[in-house]
Amino acid sequence: MILNIFILILLVIAALWMVMTRSLLRSAIGLALVSLVLTIIMFRLSSPLAAVFELSVCAGLIPVLFISTISLTYPLSKQEMMEHFKARLRRFWYLPVLVVIVGVILSLLKIKPDITLPLPESAKDVRDVLWNLRPIYLIGQIIVLLAGAFGVVILFKDSKKDEH
Amino acid sequence: MNIEALQIFWPFSIFVIMLFVIGIYYVLATYNLIRALLGLEIMIKAITLLLIVAGYVSGHVALAQSLVITLIVIEVVAITVSVGIVLGIHSHTNSLDTRNLLEKTHEG
Repeated sequence: MILNIFILILLVIAALWMVMTRSLLRSAIGLALVSLVLTIIMFRLSSPLAAVFELSVCAGLIPVLFISTISLTYPLSKQEMMEHFKARLRRFWYLPVLVVIVGVILSLLKIKPDITLPLPESAKDVRDVLWNLRPIYLIGQIIVLLAGAFGVVILFKDSKKDEH
Repeated sequence: MNIEALQIFWPFSIFVIMLFVIGIYYVLATYNLIRALLGLEIMIKAITLLLIVAGYVSGHVALAQSLVITLIVIEVVAITVSVGIVLGIHSHTNSLDTRNLLEKTHEG
């Protein structure tokens, strides 16, 4: 449990670093770091398949998407970046204090959730759940992917029209 | 279900709430569109962690994993489309600042 708490503290520190850091690029890398720590927690909570997904997609693909977006948009000059950083620091320095206060208050509350636990599951394998018990999830995923593909196609179509 | 697994639920929940607070604060306090998306990502990470812990505590690990996989697919699609929209906004307004965006909207 102590190791779990240590990893969770690392997770919050990684998220805080991502939020407070000056450059956008470092923020995107910070997102990968948060995903990486989350992957370790998932492995420890006996969810290896979800952890692999998290590692490959959330720590690999999404930061790449963000970094390519940052490179496609204009970069700030050093002076502009310093000005932005000072303005951001004025808005964001409350955040670590707020997070620590929320954490302390919640840990002082010592709520013991009285949860009525459901019956143990019949299927222990993720593949069995996805393909046999809840195939509707797969249909939903396919629909969402198609919707995303159409969305991207429409976005590119609009930008082509604007060029003409 | 063992009691030990149930006892870890509240400590994990505290960190889930802290992560969610970071995400909400980031979205509310930033003026940059890409940073707003990063804040959204942090909130999704908090929910992912909550789902995994809930699955571990209740013993429905496989179900929680399938939910998380679905969530990751939705997350990727949502971020891809949002990034496309952000790029479109940047090509129109030449800025990622939400304040400039509002000014342009009022002008248009």
